Amino acid sequence: MTISPAPMIRCLPRTWEIGVLERESARIVRHVPAAQKSVGTACPALSTVTNLHFNQLRVYCGTKAWMEYWKHMLQGVLITALGCGSLLAAIAANFARDIAYMVNALTVMVVLFGLFIWMIRRVGEPARPQPVGYADGVIRAGVVATALWGVVGMLVGVVIALQLTFPQLNIEWGDGFLNFGRLRPLHTSAVIFAFGGNALLCTSFYVVQRTSAVRLWGGNLAWFVFWGYQLVIVLAATGYLLGATQSKEYAEPEWYVDLWLTVVWVAYLAVFLGTIIKRREPHIYVANWFFLAFIITIAMLHVVNNISIPVSILGSKSVQLFAGVQDAMTQWWYAHNAVGFFLTAGFLGMMYYFVPKQAERPVYSYKLSIVHFWSLIFMYMWAGPHHLHYTALPDWASTLGMVFSVMLWMPSWGGMINGLMTLSGVWDKIRTDPIIRMMVASLAFYGMATFEGPMMSIKAVNSLSHYTDWTIGHVHSAALGWNGLITFACLYFLVPKLWNRKQLWSLNLVNWHFWLAMVGIVFYAASMWVTGIMEGLLWREVDQNGFLINSFADTVAAKYPMYLVRTLGGLLYLLGAVLMCYNLWKTIVSGEAREKADTPMSITGTAGAVS
Amino acid sequence: METYTLLREFADSWALLALFLCFLVVVIYTFRRSSKTLHRQSAEIPFRHEDAPASETESGGS
Repeated sequence: MTISPAPMIRCLPRTWEIGVLERESARIVRHVPAAQKSVGTACPALSTVTNLHFNQLRVYCGTKAWMEYWKHMLQGVLITALGCGSLLAAIAANFARDIAYMVNALTVMVVLFGLFIWMIRRVGEPARPQPVGYADGVIRAGVVATALWGVVGMLVGVVIALQLTFPQLNIEWGDGFLNFGRLRPLHTSAVIFAFGGNALLCTSFYVVQRTSAVRLWGGNLAWFVFWGYQLVIVLAATGYLLGATQSKEYAEPEWYVDLWLTVVWVAYLAVFLGTIIKRREPHIYVANWFFLAFIITIAMLHVVNNISIPVSILGSKSVQLFAGVQDAMTQWWYAHNAVGFFLTAGFLGMMYYFVPKQAERPVYSYKLSIVHFWSLIFMYMWAGPHHLHYTALPDWASTLGMVFSVMLWMPSWGGMINGLMTLSGVWDKIRTDPIIRMMVASLAFYGMATFEGPMMSIKAVNSLSHYTDWTIGHVHSAALGWNGLITFACLYFLVPKLWNRKQLWSLNLVNWHFWLAMVGIVFYAASMWVTGIMEGLLWREVDQNGFLINSFADTVAAKYPMYLVRTLGGLLYLLGAVLMCYNLWKTIVSGEAREKADTPMSITGTAGAVS
Repeated sequence: METYTLLREFADSWALLALFLCFLVVVIYTFRRSSKTLHRQSAEIPFRHEDAPASETESGGS
């Protein structure tokens, strides 16, 4: 026997020697079986002792060593990259051509430097054991972010509603930061992408694990997606206030934020798809179809609509590649499918999981859900041109958009009926369970909005409704009613589950939330219908000689009382959301812990069997 | 022929027909007789693994 394993084992912790060690140990491992055998035959008593050495050596020499080695290498590269990155961000901030770019660069610098310090402090920490079970930490973070951004976004909404009612609230010292024009994209992006986006992130991670029966794929990649997405939100929001915008509705962020979002989104797709691929259920549950369609389509829309060339690498301004009506068509193809796939397909994914769960019975018709899915997928893409009636867009294109929008009515109502009929047999839950009531109300609003939308896309109706507040009313009855209420219901469902609580702190508060939201939406939608139709009629009113009767300023002044009612509606809705945050907070900190044994739905074979 | 006109004519004839047929096939396939049990089992998926992933040996709940 010529080899002596002892010195090898002694120097194990020295990571920088692992490369050398690895080569050595690979050689040893090849010799081990032969050597063991010869020791065993030569001296049986000695063999036990030597075996111990050999076994230790083996454990180390396997693939684990390689993994350790690469992990350390990667950590080193990452730390270097973070350090260099934060330095580059500092340089970019120094040479920035505009204030928005500078503030964004400084934000990136702080974030990267923080990560740099954090990584350095973790060097040499022993590897944590491989976690088992579902990855719920990132979902908990997503729930908190959803609630938080929701309140922020709605608060900004109330502020801009007040600014429209009382223009003097565009205060002079805040001019260029806090006036309506700067705050409005902050509101829309905050509620759609920060509130809605985080809701989609956390529910999709929750649903894909439970319906695939496996832990999230990709380890900490899900955390990267979460924090990367929050960075997108912060960069976009501060950018808006300081004037960085590419002036595309719902796609305002400038080029570097767009690029970063693309990276985050690809990681999101990887985590979601990876989990589906390693699933232990033979079938992919329909909710995941909707989530996957949402992720893929948003990736495509985002990339195409944001093709632009930055004026300078050190400035936020960029120039769109498309121009004129092509640009307009691309923009509304994007924006309408953002509605169709972000606010509809994604939230339908939530609906198809959480409504059956809360009702404790399977979805009314699984076949209908499949037809619902495919008809949405085949039709939604063509509806965008209805935003450009009576413009430079060719007539055939806007007619196509109108026809497809009207056809979309059917699959939308198919989906609504599917969700509502899931409750057949347990309709009493609408009375007894405020969360179910919230879900039913949200489905009802889904139905109403998907009826109103196609109607407004008809050219004759559009000639009255377009550019008026009717559009704002339509968007809000859909967003507050459908997206908002279903998200609230999901949060009420998720928090007790994720924080292991028996139930919500107060169902009474959920009731209060529900009614505040309801009354709020009614105030909002009704006032916008009135002011929208009034506005449309005033704009088109002509005298017998064909001259317009009303000046634009008159039509604005006439809207004042309705603006007041709208603000009140928004305020009530916001109040409901604040009550929800309080209720969820109390559930987490002072709710009674759930005992594992009496989980109501842990081993339910057939859902109908649950009482 | 201009690319625009060519693409437009293709889009509102053959492409439209192909997509429509594709959609019809999906719907007909969904409503085939033998799919009934499969769909019933699929609809039960949310009620199977609420608290923990499936074990290594378990594949599916049927």
